[in-house]
Amino acid sequence: MLVELLILFALMAAGLVFVVPDEYAGKFAAVLSLVPVGISLWMYSVFEASGNALLADSELAFETMASWITLGPYAVNWHVGLDGVSMPLIVLTTILTTLAIVSAWTPIDERQSQFYGLILFMQAALIGVFAALDFLLWFVFWEGVLVPMYFLIGVWGGPRRKYAAIKFFVYTNVASLVMFAGFFALVFGLGDSITSLGLPEIAQALNAGQLGSVAGFGPGIVKLAAFAALFFGFAVKVPVVPFHTWLPDAHVEAPTPVSVLLAGVLLKMGTYALLRFNFTMLADVARANAELIAIFAVVSVIYGALLALAQKDLKRIVAYSSISSMGYVILGLIAFTPHGLGGATFQMVSHGLISGLMFMAVGVIYNETHTRMIGDMSGMADRMPVTAGVFVAAAFGYMGLPLMSGFAAEVLVFMGSFQSQVYASSWAAPLFTGIAMFGIVIVAGYLLRAMQMTLFGPFRLETDYDVGRAPIQDVAPLFVLLALVIALGVAPDLFYTMIQDAVVDMTALGLGGGA
Amino acid sequence: MIPLQTSNTLPDWAALAPALLLGLTALALFLVDSIDSDDRSPALLAGLATGGSVLAMAVTGWFLVAGTGMPRTGGELSLFGGQLVVDGMSLFFTFVFTSVAALVSVASYDYLADRPHQAEYYSLLLLATTGMTVMASANSLATAFVALELSSLPSYGLVAYLKDNRGSVEAGMKYFLIGALSSAVLVYGISLVYAATGALQFGGVADAVGGVENTGVLGIGILMVMGGFAFKTASVPFHFWAPEAYEGAPAPISGFLSSASKAAGFVLAFRVFVTAFPLEAVAATIDWALAFTVLALVTMTLGNFAAATQENVKRMLAYSSIGHAGYALIGLAVLTGTADPGYALGASMLHLFVYGFMNTGAFLFVALVEHWGVGRTFEDYNGLGEQAPIASFAMTIFLFSLAGLPIGGGALSKWALLSATASAATFSAWLLAGALIVNSALSLFYYSRVVKAMWIEDATGDFEVTSHPAGLYAAIVVAAVATFLLLPAFGLVSGTAYDAASALF
Repeated sequence: MLVELLILFALMAAGLVFVVPDEYAGKFAAVLSLVPVGISLWMYSVFEASGNALLADSELAFETMASWITLGPYAVNWHVGLDGVSMPLIVLTTILTTLAIVSAWTPIDERQSQFYGLILFMQAALIGVFAALDFLLWFVFWEGVLVPMYFLIGVWGGPRRKYAAIKFFVYTNVASLVMFAGFFALVFGLGDSITSLGLPEIAQALNAGQLGSVAGFGPGIVKLAAFAALFFGFAVKVPVVPFHTWLPDAHVEAPTPVSVLLAGVLLKMGTYALLRFNFTMLADVARANAELIAIFAVVSVIYGALLALAQKDLKRIVAYSSISSMGYVILGLIAFTPHGLGGATFQMVSHGLISGLMFMAVGVIYNETHTRMIGDMSGMADRMPVTAGVFVAAAFGYMGLPLMSGFAAEVLVFMGSFQSQVYASSWAAPLFTGIAMFGIVIVAGYLLRAMQMTLFGPFRLETDYDVGRAPIQDVAPLFVLLALVIALGVAPDLFYTMIQDAVVDMTALGLGGGA
Repeated sequence: MIPLQTSNTLPDWAALAPALLLGLTALALFLVDSIDSDDRSPALLAGLATGGSVLAMAVTGWFLVAGTGMPRTGGELSLFGGQLVVDGMSLFFTFVFTSVAALVSVASYDYLADRPHQAEYYSLLLLATTGMTVMASANSLATAFVALELSSLPSYGLVAYLKDNRGSVEAGMKYFLIGALSSAVLVYGISLVYAATGALQFGGVADAVGGVENTGVLGIGILMVMGGFAFKTASVPFHFWAPEAYEGAPAPISGFLSSASKAAGFVLAFRVFVTAFPLEAVAATIDWALAFTVLALVTMTLGNFAAATQENVKRMLAYSSIGHAGYALIGLAVLTGTADPGYALGASMLHLFVYGFMNTGAFLFVALVEHWGVGRTFEDYNGLGEQAPIASFAMTIFLFSLAGLPIGGGALSKWALLSATASAATFSAWLLAGALIVNSALSLFYYSRVVKAMWIEDATGDFEVTSHPAGLYAAIVVAAVATFLLLPAFGLVSGTAYDAASALF
């Protein structure tokens, strides 16, 4: 019942914070959000599960199942449970929520109780996304994330917030609907071989090759069409080039704490869903089209990095850099090697921490300077040395400096991708891996350039107010995140063993779909 | 909880208790009015109307739980020589009508403040509801027609209730003229069906319909009957009265007509087409499932596209309610090819059930805004979230639920519709499923415009919300809570709907 407790607590906390007067809302929300952190860490410490939630013969942690809706031929159940993929993401969600709330104390100065209430509401939905094992339940949580995000961007965002909020809403909602249609094509193709919308049941039926024809189309076409619809639906969320155009707008307009959650957790919904649906349920289609998917991944890595290189706004740089980092995740997933899949999942957690750190650091600089244009400022390290130090550390994490989590994740992804056997030709794996590795060079390029121009050199910023050290409450969350980044870099096994245990089964799935 | 039928402690006609309670309340309101006719007791009138409808709703709920007329207690109760039946379907819809009537009566207390002829308003409201409950139970083309008129005639009066307002009177007039025309079409259709089959009761029609020699007369008759229902449900091509009538009518009445009255049209259509014109028997004459497919496609698309271009919130809701009629038509449209027709029909019933709460709630919010004297365009709604957070929060739930986001039961009823459509797995069903998805995406665009105006835009007008009308607030909050709770509690309703729909086949 611990998953239910987490969700219920977050929902109740959201309700409580909604009615608290504005001046206490921030502190109150932070205190309340520590409880989910505690629960999730405790769950992590007693976590005992084996195998992958969607595949047969696995043992899940904190699993519950209760009947919910009966209508027509399919039962819909309240079914939640955690495996080694979902557990780290839930810990990431709870920790990042608390840190985002603390980092919102300075920049958010109006309608605070609504702001923090929405953040906690979104936390409940996010936990649900990572824990739900029934399609409809999962979809309810998935869409439930959209609503608070729409308001968080639209009400508290920057000057073009209305446009960004609508764009985010329409893009991701259309993507959800396409994905929904794709999934239902599979459900009806399976016909009588399933009796519920449970994801494990559907995954096992699909992998056992029980898909029939739908509306006159054979199972092969149905599978391919469903795969394409699902891939499109999740690729928008990830985002994969060319479905990424909503992301820079949303990121730049969103207030810092919201960007932290958007990059840190929301993007992971997309890769998490890709892992569950496209790469577990429809592994054979993924393998058959591995080259195409790898091209999407590599293009995202390089193109995202090049876009970041061209930006002059510090926040845009970080926003575009997420596109290339998420490209690594896809590259690792499509490799279908233990290292690739594990590294991709590890990269989800690692990127959640590092991108959160980067956005927060940019946010702190912006709070003090009121500008994000790298051309406008220089020598910030003189005035705010601590923030600058953390920013440099975060940038090195992003570039994959050893002993930081980004290094561990990227090494695993590259190893896995290099060893991959899914591509038809033997030179494909080294080629794709090699091109993607070149992305790191570009990342180093734009991050070094950004640091060079903003942090170092003589101080220059034309303002009529003092620019000084940031208050402790702004900097403290940065240190927590940095500590986590280093902890995961030094000891990846904190999460990697449980991840590995959950994804290794996926590599055993045969090409033809039969287990 | 003793099932009515097996215990034999109550006569069968007691199953009509909801209709009788509603009718008696309407008469009681006349009585109160004739004793004290100067409208000095609006609280008494509103209380009486609300009490009557809540009582009827409670009795309906009890019957539903006890299983009156359900297969598990011995099947439908046939009354008055088969003119009326009480079964799961009729009770399910009676619950919708009575709950909407209760919400509307509570909300009208504030909306009607200082207006004359309140007793007449409430009694017309209850008479219309009575007509709807009889429509849900009608088992013969004759009773169906009488019930339809009983619900329509009071509605014309209600739409024109604001008689010093030109829009209201014009809307009532338009509604009345088109209503009269549709009634004529319907009754002519009924007479043609009678001419061809020699029967009026649905069972008799169904028996005769397969062996009819003059199939042309029968086919035209069925088409004309379909037209009569299209009017009542505001489906294309008999929809054009709806935006006018909903916009001109007092806002609570718009909510009442667009949810309860529409649902009444649907329950009658479901019963007539499923039991009187069974598809396999009339397939040679007219493929009405195909006709409903076209109707559903056109209705949902036209309604949603028209709604997307509106500048006026009430008109947007009116057009979107045409779109929702299109969704509900899917229940009839996909009966060909589906292995489990109860699934499709049950999904439509569920959508109408949730719709009763969320759509009435949305119109009641419009009523609240009208009560404050704020305008009706999207811009006029700017900044309402700051001024009236509770009501705006409720409105957000209604609108997102209408759009199909999982913040209310609307998401699940749309899911049920979609999966029922897709399970039919014919080409036209896939077309419908695709249209449903596209229309849902489109509807999110215009529903979120209102949400955006309320929460994200800064107030443009300098209005001040000064009053907090208790009745309107209560009705809105109750509707919002019901809409929200239908998300987790959907399982409680879905089983009943499915059983009730399956019992027809």
